[in-house]
Amino acid sequence: MVPTSYYLILAAIIFTLGVIGVLVRRNALVIFMSVEMMMNAVNLTLVALARQKGSLAGQVFVFLIMAVAAAEVAIGLAIVMEIVRHRDTTNVDELNLLKW
Amino acid sequence: MELVLFIVFGLLALIGAFGVLISQKPVHSALFLLLNFVMLGFLYLVLGAQFLAASQLIVYAGAIVVLFLFVIMLIGSDTVGDFVAKGRTLSRYLSIILGVLFLAGVGYAVGARAFPPAAGAPDFGTTEAAGKVLFTQFLVPFELVSILLLVAMIGAIVLAHGVWPAPSRRPRE
Repeated sequence: MVPTSYYLILAAIIFTLGVIGVLVRRNALVIFMSVEMMMNAVNLTLVALARQKGSLAGQVFVFLIMAVAAAEVAIGLAIVMEIVRHRDTTNVDELNLLKW
Repeated sequence: MELVLFIVFGLLALIGAFGVLISQKPVHSALFLLLNFVMLGFLYLVLGAQFLAASQLIVYAGAIVVLFLFVIMLIGSDTVGDFVAKGRTLSRYLSIILGVLFLAGVGYAVGARAFPPAAGAPDFGTTEAAGKVLFTQFLVPFELVSILLLVAMIGAIVLAHGVWPAPSRRPRE
């Protein structure tokens, strides 16, 4: 059986890559994908710890997170569509109307 | 055996994550994201969560990635080369340094405590077991999530609809 810590390290690496993606990339869609990736890394942590504890609560938690992620993607992509319709760009550097 | 599966699936998941990060085109990012999601689903299977593996493949790999691809096709990939944007060198190096620091912190925290052998049986996350817990102990959150999905659906329709109230449609002359 693979130790739980291996899964935690793998999840941490994927989470870090997601953070770097959010900070480095400028395309709103790619930033959104990185956020999804971070959420998946946390899901992996929860599933690994659910097996560690022998409790199903962690898996139910992941199931609910999946439903929330589906709702979030639907709303987020609708917002991106609306931004493209109004400003004709997905570059978040150009969307600085609320910055200061 | 399990270690081999973990290494193969984990490496492929990492390749997917790197691909999302360094792809120039959003379509390629979405496809690497698909690879990442599918490999995480297989890892759930290795971890004994069959039900979650199936829902991961259906919800993430099926619905969410298709939605991403749909939107990318709809708006066109107009921002080529955002990875090498000017004036971003500071935040780029800072993010990589912070990421390495985060990894070091997590690695220390995980390595400092020894985990006992996992308590769960190899197949304790079957659909039957997960459904039993979901509909008894976690019934209220389950119902609340259904309301959340309904609200999100209405919100997406309102956002995507544009002007409101809708202009009355006239026959074209």
